[in-house]
Amino acid sequence: MSESPILKLENVTKTFPGVIANENVSFTVGRGEIHALLGENGAGKSTLVKMIYGIQKPDSGEMTLMGEPFSPSKPSEARAKGVGMVFQHFCLFEALTVYENISLGLSAAEAKNGDLRKRIVEVSTAYGLKVAPSQLVGTLSVGERQRIEIVRCLLSEPKLLIMDEPTSVLTPQEVSVLFQTLRRLAAEGCSILYISHKLDEIRALCSKATVLRGGKLVGSCDPRQETAKSLAEMMIGATLNKPVRELPEPGEIRLKVQDLSLDSEEQFGVDLENVSMVVRAGEILGVAGVAGNGQTELMEALIGERPCRFARQIQLDGADIGLAGPRERRAAGMCFAPEERLGHAAVPGMALWENTLLSAGKTNDLARGGLISPGNANRFASQVVADLKVKTASVKSAARSLSGGNLQKFIMGREIMQAPKVLVASQPTWGVDAGAAAAIHKILLDLAGAGAAVVIISQDLDELFTISTRISVIAGGYLFPSQPTEELTVEKLGVAMGGRAKEVEATRAADAAAAEPAHV
Amino acid sequence: MDLLLNILLGVTVAATPLVFAAIGELVTEKSGVLNLGVEGMMIMGAIAAFAGTVGTGSYVAGILIGALAGAAMGGLFGVLTLTLMSNQVACGLALTLFGLGLSALIGQSYSGISLPQFPRVDIPLLTDIPFLGPLIFGQDALVYLSLALVAGVAWFLARTRPGLILRAVGENHEAAHGIGYPVIRIRYLAVMFGGACAGLGGAYLSLVQTPLWVEKMSAGRGWIALALVVFASWRPLRVLGGAYLFGGITIMQLHSQALGLQVDAQILSMMPYLATILVLVVISRDRVKMKLNAPSCLGKVFYATS
Repeated sequence: MSESPILKLENVTKTFPGVIANENVSFTVGRGEIHALLGENGAGKSTLVKMIYGIQKPDSGEMTLMGEPFSPSKPSEARAKGVGMVFQHFCLFEALTVYENISLGLSAAEAKNGDLRKRIVEVSTAYGLKVAPSQLVGTLSVGERQRIEIVRCLLSEPKLLIMDEPTSVLTPQEVSVLFQTLRRLAAEGCSILYISHKLDEIRALCSKATVLRGGKLVGSCDPRQETAKSLAEMMIGATLNKPVRELPEPGEIRLKVQDLSLDSEEQFGVDLENVSMVVRAGEILGVAGVAGNGQTELMEALIGERPCRFARQIQLDGADIGLAGPRERRAAGMCFAPEERLGHAAVPGMALWENTLLSAGKTNDLARGGLISPGNANRFASQVVADLKVKTASVKSAARSLSGGNLQKFIMGREIMQAPKVLVASQPTWGVDAGAAAAIHKILLDLAGAGAAVVIISQDLDELFTISTRISVIAGGYLFPSQPTEELTVEKLGVAMGGRAKEVEATRAADAAAAEPAHV
Repeated sequence: MDLLLNILLGVTVAATPLVFAAIGELVTEKSGVLNLGVEGMMIMGAIAAFAGTVGTGSYVAGILIGALAGAAMGGLFGVLTLTLMSNQVACGLALTLFGLGLSALIGQSYSGISLPQFPRVDIPLLTDIPFLGPLIFGQDALVYLSLALVAGVAWFLARTRPGLILRAVGENHEAAHGIGYPVIRIRYLAVMFGGACAGLGGAYLSLVQTPLWVEKMSAGRGWIALALVVFASWRPLRVLGGAYLFGGITIMQLHSQALGLQVDAQILSMMPYLATILVLVVISRDRVKMKLNAPSCLGKVFYATS
C-alpha cells in the first residue's frame, strides 16, 4: 500500500476492573487503506478505538501516528492531529440545527475559519453527502444524521477516519452510498479504520482486516481473499450453526391490527398511520425498518401502554382488546419483550426472581391474593435460567449485573415460558453475541412451532430473513403489507425502508407482470 | 394618573427580583441542572446584601456581597449534585431549607435596622417628563441591570459559541462529553451564575423593596421564579414578560381596595401562586411542545462513563 504507516499500535493493553479489554494488541494502518477491525461484541474493538481517539488511555503500549509518538489525552487532541471518528451512537443534539451540531464538533478556531455554513455545503456536495445546515437534527433520519457526523469529520481534513459500526442503522441503499464515499476518501489518501461484525461488508470494502477475540489479537488477513465463513470462524473461534426455519402451515388468525393510527408522544417521534397486520398461529411476522420509523410507537400500541381509539383496532383470537391495558392483554395471553432491556423489560436494581413477578406474576401463579410467593417465583426464575442457559451467579442477582445478551435471554425466557398465544418482541438480539442470538432465534421458532403468533420488530435484516415467515416494512409510521420471506430480497426491503413507497409499488407491479405469463 | 403611575412603578419593584432569580435559573436549567434551591439562594442573597450594606456603608459592595453569597450557595449545590452526584431535586429542597435557616441565624442582629430609601436614577429633564419620565428614566439602577441581564442572556444563548455549548450540554450531556466538552465544569459555571442572579434578586428585596431585613422575606418568590422558567418555556424574553405579569398580579392585590374591589385579602395573596399552577397545567398539556423547549437532560445526573 504505502511506504510508512499512518497509525501503528504496539502491545497496547487496557484493563478495567475485573476485565481485560485489550491485551498486547499490535497492528498498523497504511496510508489510504481501508482497514477492518473485526470481532464479536465485547471483543475489545470499541475500547481500542476509544484509545486511538483519546477518550480512554492505554495502561501500557505505544501508539505512533505518522511516525510520531501519539498519546492523546482527549478527543480534541486526537482531532488536532488528524484523527476523526464517527460513533456508532452519534454525538448529536436533536434540538439543535445541523449547522450548530457541526460547529460544536469542531474546535473554536476551526468553526471560525471562514464561513462555516458555506464550507459545510461545499464539503457535503463534494462527497455526495447532502445536508441542509439549518434543519433541526431531530427531524432527520438516521442515515442523514450519520452524514452530518461524516461531514463534521471531513471539515477538519482527517488523515485517519474511524468508523464504529457505521452500517448497523442504515438501509442497504444508504450503505452503498456510504461505501462510495469511503472509497473516494481512501483514494484521496485518507486512511479508514472500519469497525464492524458484518462480514460481507468487510469483504466488499476493506483491503486488510485485524481480528480481535476476547481482547486479544487473533490474526490479520486480506478479507478479499477470505470467505465469510473463514472470517466468522476467526472471529468467534468456533463453528456456528444457524437455526433452520421449519414451521407448520399457518393456522387461525391470532393477532389482528386494523387501521391503527397513533400520534407520537415523543418530540421527534413518528405518528402511526393506518397500521394493519394479521398474524396467524405458527407464523413469525418480521417488521423491518430503520430505527425511528414508528417502531417505538407500534410497540407501545401493541403492548397497550397507549390505548387505541377503538377496541376493535387490535384483536386477539377475535376478541377486541384495543382499549385494554398491558395487564389485561397479558392476562388474555399476550406477552411482550420491549427493546429497552433495562428499565422497560426488567427493573435494573431488582433480582431476577423479582423480575419474573412483573410479567409472569399472574400467568404462572407467582403471587396470590396480593401476596408474593417467593418459592414459586424462585422456581420459575431458576427454570428460565436453566432452560435458556442464562449465565448468572444465581436468580438473586440484580438484573443490571447480567450482560446484555444474558439478560435478553432471561427476558425472552420469562415471556416464552408463560406459553403466550401472541408474543411481540422488539430487537430480540440487539447487542447480543452470535451464539446467544442463535439460541434466542431457536426459542422463537419453537414458540411459533407450538402454535403461537410471533411479531418481531427488528432492524437486523439477516435476523428477519432467518426466522420470519413473512416480512413487513415500517417506514415513516406506515406499515407496508407483508410478503412471504421467500419472495423478498434485501434490495426490495431496502427500497421500502428508505420510505420510497412508489418504487416499491413499481417493483411489485413489475414482478406481478413478469410472473403473469408463467401462469397462463 | 398618579395612582396608575404608582401601580406601574410598584409592578417594576415587584417584578425585578423575579426577573433576576428566573433568568439565573433559566441559565442553570439550560445547562441541564434543575436547582430547586432558588428560594434558599435568594434569601441568602438578601441577608448577605443587607449585612454587607450595613457593614460597609456602600450599596455597590452590599449588592456584590449578595451576589457572591448566592453564587456560593450555587457552588454548594454544584458540589452536592455535580461532584457528589446526589439527587438534584432533594438537594435543591435541602438548599432552600438550609438557606432559610442560615439566613435567619445570620439575620438575628440585623432585624430592626432600616436602610435609607434606595436611590433612583435621576436624569435632569428626561426624568421630569410627566408620567413617562419616572417610568422610563427614573427607576433604580438594579432595574436597568435586570433588563440588561435578560438581554445579555438572550444574546449569549442564541448568538455566542459558549452559549451554544451550554445549550448542547443541557440537551445531551453524553454527546457533549463525547465531543470533548467539560460537562461538569460548564454546569458548575451555570449553577453559580444562577446562584449569583438569585442573590441579586434577594439583594433587591432587602435593599430596595422593603428596605429592611425580615426573616423569610423571600416569601416564596424563589418558587415563583422556578415556575416562571417553565412558564416561559426556557426563553429569556418570555421570562421577562412573565415576571412583569406576576409582579402585576402581586400589585393588583395591594391596590384592589383602592380600586374598589371587594375581595378578601387572603384570596388576593393567593393569586400569584394560583396563576402559576394554572399556567403550568395549561402549558403542560401539550407534551410535545414541552419537550421541544425543555433541555433534554434537565435534572439527569451525569456520570462520565469513559
